Amino acid sequence: MVNTKVDLCGIQIDNPIIPASGTFGFGYEFAYNYDINMLGTFSFKGTTKDPRFGNPTPRIAETPSGMLNSVGLQNPGVDKVISEELPRLKSCFKKPVMANVSGFSVEDYAYTCEKLDAEEQIGWFEINVSCPNVHGGGLAFGTDPKNVAAVTKAVKKITNKPVIIKLSPNVTDITEIAKTCEAEGADGVSLINTLLGMRINPKTRKPILANTFGGLSGPAVFPVALRMIYQVYNAVNIPIIGMGGVSTAEDVIEMMLAGATAVEVGAANLVDPFACKNIIEDLPKVMEKYKINSLSEIIGGAHNG
Amino acid sequence: MMKQGIYEILFNFELAPNVFRMVLKGDTSALLSPGQFVNVKIDGLYLRRPISVCDYDKETITIIYKVVGVGTEKMSKMTAGDKLDLLVGLGNGFNAENDCKNPLVIGGGVGIPPLYGLCKELIKFGKKPTVILGFNTSSEMFYEEVFKLLGLDVYVTTVDGSYGTKGFVTDVMKNLDYDYFYTCGPMPMFKAIESIAKTSGQYSFEERMGCGFGACMGCSCKTKYGNKRICKDGPVLEREEIVW
Repeated sequence: MVNTKVDLCGIQIDNPIIPASGTFGFGYEFAYNYDINMLGTFSFKGTTKDPRFGNPTPRIAETPSGMLNSVGLQNPGVDKVISEELPRLKSCFKKPVMANVSGFSVEDYAYTCEKLDAEEQIGWFEINVSCPNVHGGGLAFGTDPKNVAAVTKAVKKITNKPVIIKLSPNVTDITEIAKTCEAEGADGVSLINTLLGMRINPKTRKPILANTFGGLSGPAVFPVALRMIYQVYNAVNIPIIGMGGVSTAEDVIEMMLAGATAVEVGAANLVDPFACKNIIEDLPKVMEKYKINSLSEIIGGAHNG
Repeated sequence: MMKQGIYEILFNFELAPNVFRMVLKGDTSALLSPGQFVNVKIDGLYLRRPISVCDYDKETITIIYKVVGVGTEKMSKMTAGDKLDLLVGLGNGFNAENDCKNPLVIGGGVGIPPLYGLCKELIKFGKKPTVILGFNTSSEMFYEEVFKLLGLDVYVTTVDGSYGTKGFVTDVMKNLDYDYFYTCGPMPMFKAIESIAKTSGQYSFEERMGCGFGACMGCSCKTKYGNKRICKDGPVLEREEIVW
């Protein structure tokens, strides 16, 4: 019997599989399809202080082995998340959930996290300092270590729950930002958010996305994500949640060997609503194949020797 | 409730230039109303392709699609016996169960297919819808006879006048009596209908989608009753809620 349990910032989860924010809503769209309590946890839809409609459509474009999105953090705002979404989430998911929070200023992040902190079911905060799809914020905000430091510090002050900072790959040196998070007390980092990209329709000669640029995800980004996780593992001593193009249990093993304690699955949920279920069911078989008794033993295993 | 399954292609042939009719065999229990759609996984492409359901019975699903890009191009090359991975039973579909007595059904081009299933459903509820089908030109026409076989009055318009009434669906619609309408087609047609419609009705929308089942917020729109997802809360919206 193999052991898939891992410790994520002081909370043990049954397996390291976590649907990524923005690909899993507040869970119930997937709870129609399978019992989502089999997940390690999931990171709910990025929540902001005020309600947001997001960007104009089209918000989605296909790419080779992946997709672009420029949803732009559509969400009902923290008050409605607490009054409407979380009670519904609770009805189908009984484990601690990860609260994904976005903002446009240090005050925004602190405000939203303080409100959510009172919610018992929230086990971790995942702080998105890197959404590339938002005008006037997003990219510029999360690429400046000073901003990341200020947000980390502010959120750590208002909550005792583990704070995980979600990092942008659209920077010169991701390890520098990760080190900043660690220095300010972050309990973990998650990476990578999407890579900024675009597509053009040759017929109209215009960008496909109404927002011109969007975030690239899917198998196309997997090797880039893996490389960054490997680098960050060398740079910090806090747990890493790896993500970027994970679609199979084999991908999960690779990411953990690079240094991930847990693994988020994003775009794969959108093309196969059963992706996470399949990965979790395949994990024990793949572990046996590679003679892995306990997943927690292989974290960072590619760095040995 | 959505289901995922592998479906076998029974037929796939060209109805009109670049417009194909495909019949698939498999579990149809997830289909609950006309106007719902399937999301088709195609080898070598990452995102699924949402295609409206034209008709279904206990074990087959009929879809009619136009070749507009690389995905539908690949679909058009498939033959009987090939298999496709589908998500089935997506979207809300048309509501055919209401008080109207004399509904009008208006389709434009490749928006016509889901209206066939709708007409069958309306007939089941004891109604006899009047049908208007709009095309650019006679060579692009399909399904006029199939609608007529349901025993319905069918008007055809072509923009160039090569068949039926010359002009747009609204050139026929303005002279007809009706107490409700259902429509699916291109946005310019919707806007023309909206400007002359005298009753309540339902519009079925199209949008670029990510997942097709309400998770990614890729196809959101604003309505008078809040934000909706075309894939999950639509594709059919009531006239009263639409923000144009």
